[in-house]
Amino acid sequence: MAGNLCRIEVNFQNDTRAKIAKKSIERAGFGKISNVFLNDVYTISSNFLQEDLQKCAELLHNPVNQSFAVEKFLSPEDFDWAIEIGFLPGVTDNIGKTAAETLQDFFGEKAKEVEVFSSQLFFLKGSFTEEEAKKIGEIFANPLIQGIYIKSMQQFEADSGMDTIAPVVKLHEESKAGEVNLDVSDEELTKLGKHGIIDRIESDGTETRRGPLALDLSSLHIIRDYFKKENRNPTDIELESIAQTWSEHCKHTIFAAELDDLEKGLYKGLIKAATEKIRADKGKKDNCVSVFVDNSGGIDFDKDHIISDKVETHNSPSALDPFGGAITGIVGVNRDTMGFGMAAKPIINRYGFCFADPGDAKLLYRAKEKENSILSPERIMLGVIDGVNVGGNCSGIPTPAGFMYFDERYKGKPLVFVGTIGLMPRLVNGKKGHEKKALPGNVIIMAGGKVGLDGIHGATFSSEALSSGSPATAVQIGDPITQKKMSDAIVKEARDLNLYSSITDNGAGGLSCSVAEMAKECGGCTVNLEKVPVKYQGMSPWQIWVSESQERMTFAIPKEKARQFINLIKRRGVEATAIGEFNDSKKCIVNFNNKKIMDIDMDFLHDGLPRKKLVTKPMKSGLKNPSFEEPSHLGTTLLEMLSRLNICSKEFVSVQYDHEVQGSSVLKPLQGKGRVNADSAVVRPLLKSQKGVGISHALYPGYGDIDTYWMAAAAIDSAVKNLIAVGAKMDDIALLDNFCWCSSNEPERLWQLKKAAQACYDFATLYKTPFISGKDSMFNDFKGFDSDSNPLKISVPPTLLISSISVISNSKKCVSMDAKVEGDLVYAIGFTTGELGASEYYRMQAEKAKDKKAIGGRVPRVNGKKALASYNALSKAIEKGLVASAHPIGLGGLGIAIAKKCIAGCIGAKIDLKKVPAVGLNRTDSLLFSESQSRFLVTIAPENKAKFEAEMNGTRFAEIGIVTGDKLEVTGINGKNFFLSVSELEEAYKKTLRDY
Amino acid sequence: MVKAILLTGYGINCEEETAFAFKKAGAETEIIHVNDLIANPKKLLETQIFAFPGGFSYGDDTGSGNALANKIRNNLWDELVEFIEAEKLIVGICNGFQVIANLGILPGIENKQAKRTIALSHNNSARYECRWVNLKAFNKKCVFTKDIDTIRLPVAHGEGKFTASDETLKQLNESDQIVFKYANENEEPANGKFPLNPNGSLEDIAGICDKSGRILGMMPHPERNIFFTQQDNWTLQKEEFKRSGKKIPEESAGMKIFRNAVKYFK
Repeated sequence: MAGNLCRIEVNFQNDTRAKIAKKSIERAGFGKISNVFLNDVYTISSNFLQEDLQKCAELLHNPVNQSFAVEKFLSPEDFDWAIEIGFLPGVTDNIGKTAAETLQDFFGEKAKEVEVFSSQLFFLKGSFTEEEAKKIGEIFANPLIQGIYIKSMQQFEADSGMDTIAPVVKLHEESKAGEVNLDVSDEELTKLGKHGIIDRIESDGTETRRGPLALDLSSLHIIRDYFKKENRNPTDIELESIAQTWSEHCKHTIFAAELDDLEKGLYKGLIKAATEKIRADKGKKDNCVSVFVDNSGGIDFDKDHIISDKVETHNSPSALDPFGGAITGIVGVNRDTMGFGMAAKPIINRYGFCFADPGDAKLLYRAKEKENSILSPERIMLGVIDGVNVGGNCSGIPTPAGFMYFDERYKGKPLVFVGTIGLMPRLVNGKKGHEKKALPGNVIIMAGGKVGLDGIHGATFSSEALSSGSPATAVQIGDPITQKKMSDAIVKEARDLNLYSSITDNGAGGLSCSVAEMAKECGGCTVNLEKVPVKYQGMSPWQIWVSESQERMTFAIPKEKARQFINLIKRRGVEATAIGEFNDSKKCIVNFNNKKIMDIDMDFLHDGLPRKKLVTKPMKSGLKNPSFEEPSHLGTTLLEMLSRLNICSKEFVSVQYDHEVQGSSVLKPLQGKGRVNADSAVVRPLLKSQKGVGISHALYPGYGDIDTYWMAAAAIDSAVKNLIAVGAKMDDIALLDNFCWCSSNEPERLWQLKKAAQACYDFATLYKTPFISGKDSMFNDFKGFDSDSNPLKISVPPTLLISSISVISNSKKCVSMDAKVEGDLVYAIGFTTGELGASEYYRMQAEKAKDKKAIGGRVPRVNGKKALASYNALSKAIEKGLVASAHPIGLGGLGIAIAKKCIAGCIGAKIDLKKVPAVGLNRTDSLLFSESQSRFLVTIAPENKAKFEAEMNGTRFAEIGIVTGDKLEVTGINGKNFFLSVSELEEAYKKTLRDY
Repeated sequence: MVKAILLTGYGINCEEETAFAFKKAGAETEIIHVNDLIANPKKLLETQIFAFPGGFSYGDDTGSGNALANKIRNNLWDELVEFIEAEKLIVGICNGFQVIANLGILPGIENKQAKRTIALSHNNSARYECRWVNLKAFNKKCVFTKDIDTIRLPVAHGEGKFTASDETLKQLNESDQIVFKYANENEEPANGKFPLNPNGSLEDIAGICDKSGRILGMMPHPERNIFFTQQDNWTLQKEEFKRSGKKIPEESAGMKIFRNAVKYFK
């Protein structure tokens, strides 16, 4: 860094951010504070003169409603504490970067070396201790990525303001590769695998290690033997590189392993096998184009286009830094779209979050004595939501569908699912767009941001449970604008100019994975690592190689096109650098300043890891059946159910995600005048075509407490059913699987996993809905301590998210969920039985009885054949325009579906439950809240009655009521009625999360 | 043929659908990267309409629209003034409005100079809001809003709160520069009430024009309501149309704004 430091402070008049900050502080329990004042601070490192600095301030503020101060402080007249929050060294600072670009554009050559660091300065009026002021700072800062600096008013005035701090990275490491001796005891090898390579040994003998390699002993033995044959020790970069490539995150060792009698393992034997069988069975109707071979899966869209889909998880990073974890998750999965085939254009984002109750304020700790506390569920929830907000909105990709699911077992580790759908021409420059191949002689070019220490050990870290040793460098912040610039340059220009022969994303494992993965296409590579642009000097070669700094793609470029490509990318404001060459040497070679520091056989790197053999053992649920009387006021019960976290409105999330950008919206996340969260969305990606893309999702982690087979079956059934309800057809639907498991080294957990995967095979093949892409995350466990230093382990419930996607042939025929017109007839489709085991209703009753185990009973089972008949019939009825509204019945059952239909349509209904097709039910509450699968609630215009019933003929359905008035009137199976006004329903549905 | 140029780059993201709307209205369109326009500013001479589409230029860093406005002021100012003085049309939508407000070409330039007097600042909720709003059109001289009385459009922004001094507001009112105000379903003013007024804008202002009516800046997105099926209530409308035997239209209200712009040159 060159030059002098100067602070520019900018203050907004009537800053709404300050008002919201005040509310947040008050909500965090700090009582009333009379005032919050907020400054944006730019710390500039430059050789600027005073008048230049004055000009800088003019450029960085808006004179209409902001004032500024250069080298002077700007504080309110009266305050008690000044709290400044700035990034720690090396953390991505987008505002600082933009400010620097602005100054460089204005001042030209003079500002070439200018650096800008952004921070925020809060002034608070309120009687707090310094300790409390620090706690308040922590509401707005995450100590893993941000520093908090506090001064009392007296101190502030004595010092004439805050200190000028530039968070500059200073590394003292030597930039070279070291050898690692593997000829050591098994005990030492185990330590190496678990805690990483020894960085240094202090004078007192304590070892500092580099963080987990996540290699087990048997893998390390194989590596040792390989290098014995090579007659040398591995270098650190070789070991790190193998660890990345062999990680659970990259190799999916559990899904690949032989499991009991499943010789081919879960992935090849069940998931992929299902797709293969379906494709063969469907023959000419097969709509798969590229499955399980690329960054995303691809299916047919129209005669000129294919669509891709991919859903990722970013759980561990989101637990540490919810905002950073979620934003890098969403922009990361965008790159899986850009890295699909020759690059698809991202057209839809989707999300799914599993959190603990945000009202749970009891903290947990990574260490004893209340040390190293984890973030509260509320903090995690808001941070994750915000991360996807900034990532998705800044990228200009609509986010029309998603969910939030709550369970206390997500407290240690939240689950953050993010997905992106892409659109790509079938033919790119006359060749199949979904195919690509790096060729020997192609230049390796890295484009996007520079490389720093960010995200080191991301891949190996997510293969381990979260504990106090979790590396802080695993945290990253995204820069969606840099990625947007790169994305536009690739998808809208470079691809169609035929400038590259292959492309892939830099995700987990960074260059070590992306380059080595692409090198498979041609058979080898040589990388000159010193060419890689770095954020700061002093990084070791292994760090550059495995860094997960965001917003980077790797390309294979014919030599004669390299210059044109680099120039194009640079003109779009993004860096691109040649870092080596692809070849057919059968080796992955890395040089650093002309010294060879890595030389591994491609075969060993990619296929040297032997498959595991795993065994399973049945798990007992330990649940019991509940016993409670039927509530006497079922209306009140329905309202309570509507307010439950898993059922209530998530409107505050839907509205902060732009779902209209690209002008493609057809069915939106909130439907009807009453704005109810829908289960599916439809988007029309080509403005000149009526063809649409429908997306949905489903998960039932709760059912897994009883039976993971039926949990998976229900998820598949619901993900399909949700799309049928908007107008999709069975033939057009494809699925994606995301297994987020826990303790996957325990045979009981593997047994649950196997059962779920078996259901995936059974129901996907029955429905002929192929899996086109999937991802697993196997160790979602938290090990730590409660506030009394008692050790505890929290494992997420085994969670299978099924995401679904379908082409919609004519989006004008789509149907929304809201009841529409007075006098319309209400139909229930499907069959209801006493399937309440692990249902939302039993969970509510178990909570009331303070007996968590009392949720047993019959878990909903899917009758796939019967379901198929209903789905096909309803598809036809919708196609023929006979349906005014359709809503899939999900959590909370029929009762909730009826209520949501009324709330969405702002209209009442009269329902007679005696008419509902059902068997074995003698209580109205059971009928109302049973979660039997494969059901819909539909409304139709009375004049379509005969035609509709003819279409549905042969399926189980019944007319159960009428749309009318402004209240819901329900007649129970005992003939007893209850009434609720639509506004009461709406209030119950919307109140729970309204204050967010 | 009328030609519209649409700016892109640095996080602008609504250029394709905005270009589509202009094309549908009969214009020839070209999407051009800021850096390419800076390299070849003569492009503006061959163009009748200059659109600043929505998006997230520079990620809203240093204030929404500010960084891109700085870049344009620094590199394209003379050409932009020339364009305005040639009595051509400029539209800034959402982030584009934020950019032209920061450039000061709204409320307007005087003697080739511009001063920032209006700002689009953080929404009252301090959060991004994506929702549909009802707008009441007030202005009779704005080229883009000819024959528009009310219109329903989506907004999607984090910084859309129209802010100006009392004096600026008074001038805007006196010189008939207020184009759109947020309203309720009955065309009555939103009176600052959320969510009708989604951001807390002064006097419910959603869009303004310059004194000539040829430069329009608005927060809502007309390009996102050019088809019937883009509307938030189309599935209900469809049922109502079907039952009353009416034909279901193809287009929707936002198209009018683009057609008005193209028609102006014919």
